[in-house]
Amino acid sequence: MTELITASIMTMMTAATPLMFAATGELVCERSGVLNLGVEGMMLIGAVFGFAAVAITGNAPLGLLVAATSGALAALIFAILTLNLLSNQVATGLALTIFGTGLSALIGVDYVGENINQIVSIHIPVLSDVPIVGRLIFGHDPLVYLSLLILFSSSWFLNRSRWGMVLRAVGDSDVSAHAIGYPVIAIRFGAVTFGGLMAGLGGGYLSLVYTPLWAENMTAGRGWIALALVVFASWRPGRVLLGAILFGGITILQLNAQAAGLGIPAAFMSMLPYIATVVVLVLISRDAIKIRLNAPACLGRPFRAER
Amino acid sequence: MLRLEPRSTQSLWAAWLSPMLALTLTAVTGGFIFLAMGKDPGIVLYIYFIEPLTSASGLSEVAVKAGPLVLIGIGLSFGFRAGIWNIGAEGQYIAGAIAGGGLAVYWYESTSSLLLPAMLLTGILGGMAWAAIPALLKTRFNANEILVSLMLVYVAELLLIHLVQGPWRNPMGWGFPGTRMFPDAATMPLLFTGKRVHLGNTLILVAPFVAWLLLARTQFGFQIRLFGLAPLAARHAGVPGQRMVWQSLLIGGGLAGLAGVIEATSTIGQLIPDISPGYGFTAIIVAFLGRLHPIGVLLAGIAIAVTYIGGEGAQISARLPSAVTGLFQGIILFYLLAFDLFTRYKIVIPARQEARQ
Amino acid sequence: MQTTNPPLLSLTGIQKTFPDCIANDAIDLDVQSGQIHALLGENGAGKSTLVKIIYGVLRPDQGNIRWNGVDVQIANPAQARELGIGMVFQHFSLFEALTTLENIALALPHEDHDKLRDRLVKTGEVYGLALQPDRHVHELSMGERQRIEIVRCLLQDPKLLILDEPTSVLTPQETETMFETLRKLAAESRAILYISHKLEEVRSLCDKATILREGRRVDDCIPSTETVRSLAEKMIGKRVKSVKKQLVTQQKPVSLRVSSLATRSHQPYGVDLSDVQLEVRGGEILGIAGIAGNGQIELMDALSGEAGSPVAGKIEILGVEATHLDTNERRNLGAAFVPEERIGQAAVANMTLIENSFLTAATRMKFVRNGLIDWGAVSGFTQNIVRNFDVRTTGVSALANSLSGGNLQKFIVGREILQEPRLLIVSQPTWGVDAGAAAAIHEKIQLLVNTGAAVLIISQDLDEIFLLCDWIAVISQGTLSTTTRVTEITPEDVGLLMGVRHTQQKKTEYATA
Repeated sequence: MTELITASIMTMMTAATPLMFAATGELVCERSGVLNLGVEGMMLIGAVFGFAAVAITGNAPLGLLVAATSGALAALIFAILTLNLLSNQVATGLALTIFGTGLSALIGVDYVGENINQIVSIHIPVLSDVPIVGRLIFGHDPLVYLSLLILFSSSWFLNRSRWGMVLRAVGDSDVSAHAIGYPVIAIRFGAVTFGGLMAGLGGGYLSLVYTPLWAENMTAGRGWIALALVVFASWRPGRVLLGAILFGGITILQLNAQAAGLGIPAAFMSMLPYIATVVVLVLISRDAIKIRLNAPACLGRPFRAER
Repeated sequence: MLRLEPRSTQSLWAAWLSPMLALTLTAVTGGFIFLAMGKDPGIVLYIYFIEPLTSASGLSEVAVKAGPLVLIGIGLSFGFRAGIWNIGAEGQYIAGAIAGGGLAVYWYESTSSLLLPAMLLTGILGGMAWAAIPALLKTRFNANEILVSLMLVYVAELLLIHLVQGPWRNPMGWGFPGTRMFPDAATMPLLFTGKRVHLGNTLILVAPFVAWLLLARTQFGFQIRLFGLAPLAARHAGVPGQRMVWQSLLIGGGLAGLAGVIEATSTIGQLIPDISPGYGFTAIIVAFLGRLHPIGVLLAGIAIAVTYIGGEGAQISARLPSAVTGLFQGIILFYLLAFDLFTRYKIVIPARQEARQ
Repeated sequence: MQTTNPPLLSLTGIQKTFPDCIANDAIDLDVQSGQIHALLGENGAGKSTLVKIIYGVLRPDQGNIRWNGVDVQIANPAQARELGIGMVFQHFSLFEALTTLENIALALPHEDHDKLRDRLVKTGEVYGLALQPDRHVHELSMGERQRIEIVRCLLQDPKLLILDEPTSVLTPQETETMFETLRKLAAESRAILYISHKLEEVRSLCDKATILREGRRVDDCIPSTETVRSLAEKMIGKRVKSVKKQLVTQQKPVSLRVSSLATRSHQPYGVDLSDVQLEVRGGEILGIAGIAGNGQIELMDALSGEAGSPVAGKIEILGVEATHLDTNERRNLGAAFVPEERIGQAAVANMTLIENSFLTAATRMKFVRNGLIDWGAVSGFTQNIVRNFDVRTTGVSALANSLSGGNLQKFIVGREILQEPRLLIVSQPTWGVDAGAAAAIHEKIQLLVNTGAAVLIISQDLDEIFLLCDWIAVISQGTLSTTTRVTEITPEDVGLLMGVRHTQQKKTEYATA
């Protein structure tokens, strides 16, 4: 029984990890005032390029680096279109997702069905061997820890650092930030790129650790769920952790219910994450006033400097 | 030193130019991609863009593909104009196919001439019902329609898989997922023997013109445009905002559902898990490429359909993966958005200026 | 005050041209230390452009800036601040989601947070501008927000402080407090450049005034030696016209009656209305005075029907119970509405003037026949508006955002008046509009009233209310004072009413006619 619980919690964390990466990245992006709906596309790009890199070189850390970088490059296209060319952010984000889906399918054609070495969980002598607790705290794969590190660093950055404050200011009133003299476009470029980096890393995690394989559309909507998580978290990193773990929990439910042979058709269990996302959105959006208070005031609006 | 300046009148010229430029540049970019893949760009571009239009069967196939794209695209364009982002048309398409197709599954031996019309109607209602969910959640709970409608796409896909692999599975299908083939009474009549183009495709001639009439000459069309441009002004003009949300989503859902059931009753002839090659998402591109204008959507649907057929041809003769078509679509949209800038701003070269009157 | 010291700031030949106008045309300006120097001019005269050049937001095409005897180039606001120039904009550059301290820290990048907190509080006390460092800006009133802006400038020890229309958001009492602060700053040998169109204030506060008109400097004078009228005439360049009021011989029936109106706002920082009573008769104009943010928008939305049904109370339009009618139903009764927000509510920026006409005139002018819109008829109506109200535009197919503020407002007011309403409710009719267009709008409103229609004007501009209106009431924090004849109340009393915090029991009573 304890083995089942331990295994469940481990799985919960790994299921939550890609969401934590992607949602944290998108949160920072949105706090600067930019809405990037292309998370799904960036994750897929990260997944395929990371997988290809490992398949070619056998080097796992390189694969993760490639995954993150490719996500960032994709985000750069989005940034140029929305920040320099003032295109509609919603449409451009959708374009990025469609592009990412198509590009990843194309690149991935040669890699369907290929095997690579999985990134294994770390093993710290003594600490990891402590029964139950040892594995739970010290036995995850490195990226789980990385995602937590990035999440807490982002929270510190936004709330306690000077440039984090500037970023929040840009998301609140880009015109005022510009009037003071801060480089609004450059800051947003940075935020968008960070979002792409994280989404790419999240995608890389999926194809290199979670299920070490490539398949078309393997993110299965996680990018969109990450977007919903940002709303659920009221744009605060701490709540992202809560939301991601919640979804990890739903994944557990899916797997265990199937194994327990409850007689619920597999398809309906698979629907759970998506239905849960809708429910979560409804619950959090009901308080329209609260949303308006927490959402960055400039979210989605293009910025044009008067010269 | 060049400078950007907002336009003071709508530029029709720029509105046509950007889709043209986008298509041209996509072709050029495609040429480079083909070169990188070791293929002859000239030949491949020909296969993609020209060849489908050179034969009767090619044209027929283009019409078959354009049908659902134009239909869904028109429906989406209404919503997008109103600022309602219905991204879940794919799910509404599937819902329509399930709802309408369900009739054929239960009455699989019927020969009634009422079956097909009933299926079409049910398909429309199914699509509308699926779109009603984001409409309800948006108006009652302020939930973002992009995310809700999108989540429902995954739900719809899973529901379809469950149905065609489970309760609706063809008992004589040797284990392949899918329902029985629909009876003749539930099949769209073909227009020409030997070609796949069917009666349902004639809608691509009707829908755009009806849509144009609505948008340009009726108060409803004016309100849609108004609501998308300035919701507060729409309120000031007395347009009930909630009704706009419902109408936009139901129109989009209904047309997507119709497209779904038409496809099920024509080119596919049954319900299978792969009932849509992503029409719901491609239609988004069609809507934008057509600048949300009904005639534009018609032309854009045809153009995209050409690339679909071209893509299939390229798969066979040049051994290019079908994924290239999806990539093209993303690139078209990027270029389109990049050139969109010029429909709203003009480039100014500062010269001698006069004082304001 | 004469001085032979070289000026602190000296502008010569400043030229700045935009695509469709010359904003500044060879402007010279001298500002001395210790001087409170007014910059006068109507909207569009070039005042904002000039100070933006001084503050480094814009660069001049030609001309020279001399600071403390040295020629300088001011490339951006950071450089301006380094020189010792501070600016408080009319529209505050504050971040609502951040605290007071964070807002100030953003402007002072190299300071330690805690030291800044102490300096902030101390500076506030010295100049009479009390501040609480850890409150979020969105909780603060306009007056409190302005204090943050001023303190933010003062912490950088400016030699020149520029203020753009600082009193537009203040009550008369808060204004007096701010004047004391400014006088204290001037006594410390700082210079103040004070942009305003409130001539009475300029007369009482400023030592010197430079007047701009249509981009050019037309005069320098000493305000205390001039009258309000003479200053206005210098600004406009011609004699100021008085609008002729028609004497009401016989009392007409009540066109608008509001009783015990109460509403609940759904906006984050909205104002709830409570117990609002008012009456407007045909042939008369009622003016609602008040500082922005006291419920004017909520009142306008309640009267137009855009806010839905009220929590309590009744609205009667032209004798008909209208409390639960929607906007177009109220229009059909004969009412017309001009809301405060021009672009975005009254008109749509990216629609043509023809389409904008259709916006509110659709049913009353019967533009829809057999389900189809008769765009030809709409176009004809639009031509009428442009002709009758002297709207300067390239044509009826021009987009609304191509019109200047004054012309757009003339169009919007004209659209409503040409529908021949019996009741016109208009909010901030001439805010941000040049004097010529404002005079034209006033004239048209008066003409409408002369035909027997009733008009309700909500305005922040007391001069406008005293000029046009027969009756006046003051809105403050969602409650309305009793209505008084304009001839029986003074602007000072109105100022008191604006700043009064109402309790449940008492309202200041005034004798009514």
